[in-house]
Amino acid sequence: MVTLNDYLIASGLLFAVGFAGVLLRRNIIIIFMALELMLNAANLSLVGFSRYNVQNGLPDYNAQVLVFFIITVAAAEVAVGLAIIVALFRAKQTTHLEDLNTLKF
Amino acid sequence: MSPFLFWIFVAIMLVFAIGVIANRSPVASALSLVVSFLALAGLYVSLDAFFLGAIQVLVYGGAVMVLFLFIIMLLDLKAERMRKVNSAAVLGGLVVILLFVKILFDVSYGFQGGVAQFPALTQTPQGDAWYIGMTLFRQYNLPLQVVGTLILVASIGVVILSKRELK
Repeated sequence: MVTLNDYLIASGLLFAVGFAGVLLRRNIIIIFMALELMLNAANLSLVGFSRYNVQNGLPDYNAQVLVFFIITVAAAEVAVGLAIIVALFRAKQTTHLEDLNTLKF
Repeated sequence: MSPFLFWIFVAIMLVFAIGVIANRSPVASALSLVVSFLALAGLYVSLDAFFLGAIQVLVYGGAVMVLFLFIIMLLDLKAERMRKVNSAAVLGGLVVILLFVKILFDVSYGFQGGVAQFPALTQTPQGDAWYIGMTLFRQYNLPLQVVGTLILVASIGVVILSKRELK
């Protein structure tokens, strides 16, 4: 039987994969995709808890509304982030993080 | 949902998520990303969140996906050349991730309530989109307006960011 723990493990592993992408990759677009994976992992655990917390035979819709808001904000974030990456590329001609060291101490 | 189908979806989701970070070519990464998100939509449906599954397919499988591919092709990114890896940083990253996974398993299996079965849902004539809409417009009306404003601000910001000449 599939339990809440299985969903939490799946969500945590997805988060770990996204985390690995952020830590190990140096291409800024790939890092951005890995950030999306981490956001979605959080959404999966929220939906799992929503299904777990059943009241009057209905799942907890507050959590699902929160997931709806997260998806909306994530879509806006992708648009702004990619615009920043395009502006960065026009200024520096690179998407490689090690070439972007102007702010490095 | 049968456990078999659940593990199939989890496997697809994780394998393609690893594909996102393992591929050298950004286009292949973006295509792996969409497969991973579609499997995630399947998991939402397995949790009786049909509306969120549909939104996930539309927003991530459609809009976000197209944006990523569009930017990758606009910037004309080629597959990355292998560079000299900073082995200390890679090692540190792997240690952090392994510790995270260990803590994840400890916490999840230490959580006693998590091994219970999901309670049964009562069948209602309204679908879950109806309930989400009711919650959204009754209890979360103000946040909805704020998010709408946020999207407006974001779209204006994107136009300004891509119009301005950066020096």
